[in-house]
Amino acid sequence: MPSEKRGTRTPHRTRDLVIGAVLATAGLGLAVFGWSTSLLVLAGKAALVLAGLVLVHQGVSRVLQALRGRRTDLIFIVSVVWLVGLILLALLAPLLPLGEHSDVATTLLEPANMAPRLLTDHPLGTSSQGLDLLSRSLHGARTSLMISLMAVTIGTLVGGSIGVVAGYFRHGVDSVVGVFTNALLAVPPLILLIALSTVLDPSLRNMALALSLLTIPSMVRLARANTIAFAQREFVMAARLMGASRFRVMLRELVPNVILPVVSMAIVMISALIVAEASLSFLGLGIQQPDPTWGNMIAEGEGGAMEDYPHIVLVPGAFLFLTVFSFNLLGEKAQKRWDTRSAKL
Amino acid sequence: MGHEECQAVNILEVNDLHTVFTTPRGVMRAVDGVALSLRAGETLGIVGESGSGKSVLGRTITGLIADNATTSVSGSVRIGGHDIHALTQKARRRLWGPEVAMVFQDPMTSLNPVKRVSTHLTEALRLHLGLGRKDAYERAIDLLRQVFIPDPTRRMTQYPHELSGGMRQRVVIAMALACDPKLLIADEPTTALDVTVQRQILDLLAALASERNMATILISHDLGAVEGRTDRVAVMYGGRIVETSDTARVFANPVHPYAEALLASIPRIGDAPHTVLRAIEGAPPNMLTLPTGCSFAPRCRFATDRCHEEQPELRELADKGTTHVGACHFPLLPVHQEVS
Repeated sequence: MPSEKRGTRTPHRTRDLVIGAVLATAGLGLAVFGWSTSLLVLAGKAALVLAGLVLVHQGVSRVLQALRGRRTDLIFIVSVVWLVGLILLALLAPLLPLGEHSDVATTLLEPANMAPRLLTDHPLGTSSQGLDLLSRSLHGARTSLMISLMAVTIGTLVGGSIGVVAGYFRHGVDSVVGVFTNALLAVPPLILLIALSTVLDPSLRNMALALSLLTIPSMVRLARANTIAFAQREFVMAARLMGASRFRVMLRELVPNVILPVVSMAIVMISALIVAEASLSFLGLGIQQPDPTWGNMIAEGEGGAMEDYPHIVLVPGAFLFLTVFSFNLLGEKAQKRWDTRSAKL
Repeated sequence: MGHEECQAVNILEVNDLHTVFTTPRGVMRAVDGVALSLRAGETLGIVGESGSGKSVLGRTITGLIADNATTSVSGSVRIGGHDIHALTQKARRRLWGPEVAMVFQDPMTSLNPVKRVSTHLTEALRLHLGLGRKDAYERAIDLLRQVFIPDPTRRMTQYPHELSGGMRQRVVIAMALACDPKLLIADEPTTALDVTVQRQILDLLAALASERNMATILISHDLGAVEGRTDRVAVMYGGRIVETSDTARVFANPVHPYAEALLASIPRIGDAPHTVLRAIEGAPPNMLTLPTGCSFAPRCRFATDRCHEEQPELRELADKGTTHVGACHFPLLPVHQEVS
C-alpha cells in the first residue's frame, strides 16, 4: 500500500485523536445508557442507541485516520468483521457453550420471554418457550447462510455456464436460452417460491434448489452480456487463429474474464437470497419449527408477542439486517473493483 | 517443419473469392471476386478506404470467416496447398499457427487482459509443437527476444495492461510467429499505435518476414506504410481489387482513377505550407447497394455512361507484358507513355 508510505499524516493529528476519542467514548456512553435506561419508551431508547453508534463511528473513523494517515472505510471493515465472525460462530455453533436452541423439553425450567441481559446465561434473551435467542440466531445463521450460499453457488455455476454458452454461440442456442430466462423472470419470485413449496418438502437441499432458480436467469443474462462483449475482442479471434477449439476459447479466454462481474453479482445476490429464505420461513413455507431460522424466529413475534416482548423480533431482525447489509456492501465493493468496463483493461 | 515445401509453388493462391454476408438490411458483398497469389518471402500490401473489404478479405483468407448461416464464401483459398474452405473446422485449426497467422489491429484488445504474457505465448507452442511446459517457456522468451522486447524474462510474468501499446503489439507479433507460419496476415497492425511506434513495428514486421522467408500480407489504409515495405500492392474498392502491380509501379503510375486519387490525397512533407489537401469527393459506397457498373463511377471524374452500366474487369492496362492490371474502362495513361 504505497499511499501509507507517503507520510501525509493529517496536520492536526493529535487534535483529531483527542476529538475522535472523546466522540467515541461519548457515543459509547450514550449507546449504553440508551440500551440500559428504564426511563424512556422503546423508540426513545432506539434513537439514543442509534445516535450513540453514529457518534462512535465518527470518533473511531477520526482516530483511525489520525493513526494511519488516510481515510478508512470503517463501515466496510465492520461489515467484514461481522461476516467473518458470524460465519465462524455459525460453523462452530454446535461446539460452543450456548443455550438450547430447539429442544423445548430441556428448557422447561428456563425463564421464558426473558429480555436481553448481556452478562447472563442468555445474553440475547429467551423465546416464549425459554429457548436461548443467541443460540437460535447462530443456528439460524447456519441454515440461512448454508441455503443461500448453496443456492448462489448452484445459480452461478448453472446460470454462468448457460450464459457463456449462449453468449458465445449466439443464434439458436441464444434464442432458446433467452425464452427460458425471460419466462423465468416473468414469474414473480415469491409466487414461484410459494408454488414450489407446495410440491417440495422444505428441506435444506430443496430450499437451496428452489432459491437457485431465482438467481439463474439474472446470472444467465449477466454472463451472456459479458461473454458477448468479450467475444468480440480480438484476443478471442487470435486464440482461435492459434488453433484453440471453441471449448478452449470459452474456458480459457472467456470464463476468466466473465467470472469477475459474475462473482461480484453473486455476492450481492447472497443477501437477496437470505431475505428470500427469511420470507419463506416467515410465511411458514421454509424450514419448520423447532429448527430455527431468522425468518421463523421473526414469525414468533406474531399474535401480540412483539408488542410485549419486542426482543423476540428485534434479535433475529438485527442479525438479518446486519448480514444482508454487510453482504450488500461487500458485493458493491467487489463490483466497483472488478467491473472490467470501469477498469478499462 | 517445411520439408514438403516447394519453391515454385505459391504459398497463397486465392481464386475468384466471394464473401457475402446476409444481413437484416440486405445482402452485402464484402469481397467480390478477388484473386491473389503470393510466394514465400513476398510481401503484398492491400490498401483501400475503410469499408472497402480489406479486413474481411484478410479474415476470409485465414478461414476465420467461413460459410455459416449468414455468410457464404465461394471461390478458393489455398494456403500451402490446402484448400482452407474445403477443410473441416478441425483440420483448419491445425493449419492456424503453423501455416497462417494473423496480427490484429488493436493490441489493446488482441491480448486477453487476465492472461500473462507467458500464457499467451506458450499455449500455441504447446498445442502445435507439442513442447513441454519448460521448453515452451524457453522458446517463448526466445520469441520475445526476436521481436526486440527488452528484459523478456520479466515481461513473461506481466499482464497485458502492464505493457505499452508498442510492446503489446510486439507480443502479438511474437504470438503470431510462435509456430513459424508460412503466411502472416497483418491487419492494420499499426493503426492503434503512436506514429513513432508505427514505424518500428512496420520495420520489425518487414525484417522478420525477410529473415524467415515468410509470405506477408500487410493490410493498411496508410499508403505511406505500404510504399517502402511491400513488393506488390493491391488497391481495393467496393470489395474488389481495382488495381494491382509492383508497389513502385502503382505508386509511380496509377492507372485506376481511384488509385490515382488515393495517392494524390497523401499529404507530402515537401508540399508548400497551406497546400490544400486533395480529398476524394463523395463517400465510400454503401456495400449493401453497390451500383451495377463500376463501383467507383459515382465519385469518378472521368465516369461515362458505360462506367455506370458495365462493370470493368481486371486487365493489363499499362505497360504490356507486366503484371500491372487494373479494372477500369478508361484507365489513366502512364505519364511516360505516348497517347496512341
